[in-house]
Amino acid sequence: MGIVPGMIKGLGVTAKSAYETIFPDGPLKPPSPSKGAVTIQYPHEKETPAPRARGVIALHEDNCTACMLCARECPDWCIYIEGHKTKAPPRRAGGKPRQKNLLDRFDIDFALCMFCGICVEVCPFDALFWSPEYEFSEPRIADLLHDKSRLSEWMETVPDFEAYEGGSEAKVRKVPR
Amino acid sequence: MIALAFWLETIFRTVGGLLAVLLPAGALVYIFLFKLMSFVQSRLGPMEAGPAGSLQLLAEVGKAFQKEDIFPTKADRVVFAAAPFVVLMSTFLLVLVVPFGPDAWFVDLDTGIFFALAISSISVIGILMAGWASANKYSLLGGLRAAGQLIAYELPLVLAVMGVVIQAGTLNMQDIVLAQAEGEIFGWGGIGNPFIITQFVGFVIFLIAMQAELTQPPFDMPVAESELVSGYMTEYSGVRFLLFFIGEFATAGVFSMIAATLFLGGWYVPGIDPDSNFFNIAGPLVMFGKVLLVTTLVFWFRFTYPRFREDQLQKLAWKVLIPLSLLNIVATGILKVAF
Repeated sequence: MGIVPGMIKGLGVTAKSAYETIFPDGPLKPPSPSKGAVTIQYPHEKETPAPRARGVIALHEDNCTACMLCARECPDWCIYIEGHKTKAPPRRAGGKPRQKNLLDRFDIDFALCMFCGICVEVCPFDALFWSPEYEFSEPRIADLLHDKSRLSEWMETVPDFEAYEGGSEAKVRKVPR
Repeated sequence: MIALAFWLETIFRTVGGLLAVLLPAGALVYIFLFKLMSFVQSRLGPMEAGPAGSLQLLAEVGKAFQKEDIFPTKADRVVFAAAPFVVLMSTFLLVLVVPFGPDAWFVDLDTGIFFALAISSISVIGILMAGWASANKYSLLGGLRAAGQLIAYELPLVLAVMGVVIQAGTLNMQDIVLAQAEGEIFGWGGIGNPFIITQFVGFVIFLIAMQAELTQPPFDMPVAESELVSGYMTEYSGVRFLLFFIGEFATAGVFSMIAATLFLGGWYVPGIDPDSNFFNIAGPLVMFGKVLLVTTLVFWFRFTYPRFREDQLQKLAWKVLIPLSLLNIVATGILKVAF
C-alpha cells in the first residue's frame, strides 16, 4: 500500500471510531456518545469487577495460626503480625493441654501493598483471600493500614470459588464463612 | 459606515480582537481537543464541569491561575518571563488583517496576506526565547527544533499562498474574498470561485504547512513528550504555561481563518450580494463555520497520524512541499496568462 492510500485509510479508521462512538444506534437515531463510548463514568456508574479480581485482601481470623509465612514472603513487608502462645484445654479428658497461637495483631498496610497476592498464595491454613472490593481509598494515608477487624470485615465480600474447568478432578475449594 | 469617536472605536477593536482570538481558541479546545479526540478514542472526555463538560475550560484556566509561577534558578528571568507574551502577541497581530465582513475588519492593509505571513514568524522568536532562557537542555533542544521546523515550513506556506495571490491579483485579504465572490469558473459564476477548487494543490500544501506551523501532531517534534519532556514549555507553569497553550490553539484558530479566507471564500456565502450589510452581521458566523471546517481537517490529522521523525519532517518540507508549490506557482502563472 502506498503512502497516500495508507494515510487515507488511517483517516477512515479514526473517522469510523468517532462515528461509532457518537452514533451507536446508526445515523438516523439521535447521537448518544455515552452509550457508544466503551468507558464507564465511574462515580455515577460502576463496573462489576470480575469474581477473581484482586481488590483487597480479606482475613479469616479463626484460621490464622500466626505462622508468619505471609509476613515473611511479603516483598514489601507490609504485613505486621504479633501473637502469643496459650494453652488450650486437651481434646480428651486426661490429655495434655494443647498449645495454641493466638493472634494479637494482624495488619496489612495497603499504602505499601502492591497486590502481588503472594501472601494469599502462601497461606497454608486458608486464612487469606482475595476480595474484588476496590473502594477503600482514604484521605489520610495512615488509614490505609487495615487491622484484623477491618480485614475480617472484607471476608463478607469474598465470593465463592468458581467451579474448575470440565474434566478437573480436584475438589473446588470452599471459602470459610 | 458609522463614524465613531476614537476611544469608542479603540474599545470596540480591543474587545473584537480579544473575541476573535480567544473565542475560537476556546471553542476549538472544547470541540476538538476535549470532545472529538475523546470520541475518536471511544471515550467521553470531560463530563463533570457543566453540561457535557462544557465548563471544563474555565476549570482548567482557574487551575492554571492558582498555580505557582516557577522560575528556574539559572533562567534568564526577563527573557523567560517575556517569551509567552511574544508568542501570544504574534497571534493577536495575525488576526488584524482577517476580514469578517465587507465593513467588519480591524485593519485593511493592501499587503494583508504578506503582513500575516511575516507576523506569523514572530512566534519563532518567542519559542526560541523560551527554549534558550529556560536553562534546560530539553527546552533548548525543543526551541531549536521548533525554529528549524517553523522556518522550513514557512516556505511552502508562503509559496502556497502565491498561487492564490496570482489568481486574485491582489495581496489585500478583503479583495481576495471579493475576487472569490465575484470570480467565475470557466464562465460559470454560480458559487463564485472559491480558490479551493482552482488552487486545490495550494490548499493541500497550505494545510500541511499550517499543521507544521502550529506544531500540531504529526508535526509536534518540538514538544515531543516522549523525548523532550515538553520541549520549550518544560520549565513553564501556571499562567505562563496557559499563555503558551492559548497561543497554540488561538494560532490554530487564526491560521484557519486565514486558510478559510484564502481558499474557502472567507465571510462570503454564494447567492447573496457581497456588498450587503447582511455580511457585517453574519460574516463572523460564516467565517466561524468555515474555520470549523478547516480545523476539523487539522485536528482529524492530529488525532490520526503518529509523529514524524526529525529528518522525515525536514524531508517533507524541502523535497516534497516546496517543489510542489513551485510547480503550482508556475502552473497558476501559465494558466493566468493563458486565460
